[in-house]
Amino acid sequence: MSGHSTYEPKYAAEKWIDKRLPIIRMGVDFMHFPSPRNLNYWYAFGGILALCLMSQILTGIILAMHYTPTAEEAFNSVQRIRRDVPFGWLLQSMHAVGASMFFLAVYIHMFRGLFYGSYKAPRELLWIIGCAIYLAMMATGFLGYTLPWGQMSFWGATVITGFFGAIPFVGESLQQWLLGGYSVGDPTLQRFFSLHYLLPFVIAALVGLHVWAVHHVGQNNPIGIDVKNKEDTLSFHPFYTMKDGFAIGVFLMIFALFVFYLPDALGHADNYQRANPMVTPPHIVPEWYFLPYYAILRAVPDKLMGIMLMFGAIVVLFVLPWLDTSKVRSMRFRPTTRRFFYIFLFMCFVLGWCGANSPDDIAIPMGEGGMTFKWLSRIGTLYYFAFFLFLLPVLGWVEKTKPLPDSITKAINDGEA
Amino acid sequence: MSIKLMKSLCVGALLAVSGLGVASVASASEDGGHKMEHQKWGFNGMFGTYDADAMARGYQVYREVCASCHALEHLSFRHLGDKGGPFYNPEFPNPSDNPDVKAFAQDWSVPDIDQDNGDPIDRPGIPADKFPAIFPNAIAAAASNGGAVPPDLSLITKARTGGADYVYALLTGYHEAPHDVDMAEGTHYNTMFPGNQIKMAPPLFDGLVEYAARTVPGEHGGEAHTIAAPEATAEQMARDVVEFLTWAGDPKMEVRKKLGFATFLYLFIFSLLLFATYKQVWKGVKH
Repeated sequence: MSGHSTYEPKYAAEKWIDKRLPIIRMGVDFMHFPSPRNLNYWYAFGGILALCLMSQILTGIILAMHYTPTAEEAFNSVQRIRRDVPFGWLLQSMHAVGASMFFLAVYIHMFRGLFYGSYKAPRELLWIIGCAIYLAMMATGFLGYTLPWGQMSFWGATVITGFFGAIPFVGESLQQWLLGGYSVGDPTLQRFFSLHYLLPFVIAALVGLHVWAVHHVGQNNPIGIDVKNKEDTLSFHPFYTMKDGFAIGVFLMIFALFVFYLPDALGHADNYQRANPMVTPPHIVPEWYFLPYYAILRAVPDKLMGIMLMFGAIVVLFVLPWLDTSKVRSMRFRPTTRRFFYIFLFMCFVLGWCGANSPDDIAIPMGEGGMTFKWLSRIGTLYYFAFFLFLLPVLGWVEKTKPLPDSITKAINDGEA
Repeated sequence: MSIKLMKSLCVGALLAVSGLGVASVASASEDGGHKMEHQKWGFNGMFGTYDADAMARGYQVYREVCASCHALEHLSFRHLGDKGGPFYNPEFPNPSDNPDVKAFAQDWSVPDIDQDNGDPIDRPGIPADKFPAIFPNAIAAAASNGGAVPPDLSLITKARTGGADYVYALLTGYHEAPHDVDMAEGTHYNTMFPGNQIKMAPPLFDGLVEYAARTVPGEHGGEAHTIAAPEATAEQMARDVVEFLTWAGDPKMEVRKKLGFATFLYLFIFSLLLFATYKQVWKGVKH
């Protein structure tokens, strides 16, 4: 599918380089990569994510020049960046909001892959590398949220590192090793800063593999059938550079809305209070993009069990290619699975809602009392795992799928794509 | 086909905004206390700006009332004369030259080291100095305030859910305690404060400070004119000090919103051009 190279060096210098390191050839071939002609806007999020990563790295490098990773000075240095560094308020806002935008885009990208079956053969490794990127993003996001050293930074770090303490036998020593002490403090902040600077480059390397893999197996598409011939494809440039470009423009407007007009809407007021180990905030809540996992963690009374469920929720993503037994990729042709997918999507939002609230508060009032968030998150957790471990394997065997079109081009001509 | 695509894009944007909304809506409903009324602030909204006169009066309230207990640790005196600040004067683009700022700095006593013998001394402030701490440390602060540390005010409107509305409601929320409420010693009944029992005594009452009329230089070299001061009621002082503290927490708000508008306009036109290019490139391609 990658197609043979169409690049022909014109000038002597190009020929000279091409013989020694065909890097221009690689770039040109990337630009002319044959892409299925029926990709919709959901497929623009790959490009959007690349942009997010670049933006985070660029703003982050400059912020690191002004930031001080010590418990004494971290909170003050963030304020100094926002008040005294030229355009520091913009960089800091872009970086903090950028993290949210990055996760927003990655969730859409993942749900898109889930819906169109982009994890099925031959794209299993592509999907798994993507899961690894997501995992590294979660680690980076968590580490980065600690750096401003506000109340939520400190107590979030305390809660998350506390998970490791629940591991039998080695937990306590492992936790102390991670923290560099008995509790979150100066050594923790300094190593978190170091790792927060390191991980984005690991992500960048994984993204390299991810892009290599997609160029090797080719993009999936909304009807999920293989590309049969040249007619089914269009050159990446100019067709998808322009289409993705428009999508990026729209995405950037949403980004700008938050950066310039709602910079604090996605954060928590408590994080504008300096970290204080003596005062626990009334509600410790993570950033919005971790809320569903937080709900899963708190759905069971046992700490270790909760942690295993939370990590299990990510592990199932890695093995998804072998959980879904259906031969048909796209859910457009899987009417029953599609319904369960929409419920799954809804349940992820429900879990997020549960994660933002206290487990014992009433979520759905009924008569005298009602259903608490704890019970609602139990339903959500059950469905989350049932979807991957029961519904997808079983539906693959029993579902009667709709007939697949012969080719992408035929589907387009019949108005089915 | 393109309508369908546009639709899915709109759905995406909607999903995005609603998904992000979950977090912010959920966090807005917490904290006990009574109803917080939405106030009309000039700094709210897409084109909101600070009111320099209100900020200047607010600084006076801070200096004469709040500053006996509350610090402004993230602010320097020079910030008062920054563009968009309460005492900005276009004649002095460098706020350290601004005579108002110099006078305010001098009004404070700042700890320093004697350059001749290294002894700790106090000297009058200069614009480059930070606002000094009110108490030497948190223990001293708690000891002089019945066990509660007066919070720093430089981020107070950002560090409380509800922001400016919360601080205003707290400052004007002192009432006689209902008969069935058992008040702890040294606390005051406040309808806004979580738990309703606050250590801070009612800080504002009518006529506490004396607002002076202000003479401001006319714009573009026009005649100087005087602005009559409003009556210093407790509500008026609360409003003014909240205006000042909101600026103190977010001094770049005006430039942020201005740049945001320009960015938006740019992105909008850029996206339109990209859309037109996309349509042109795809013309004749069935998809």
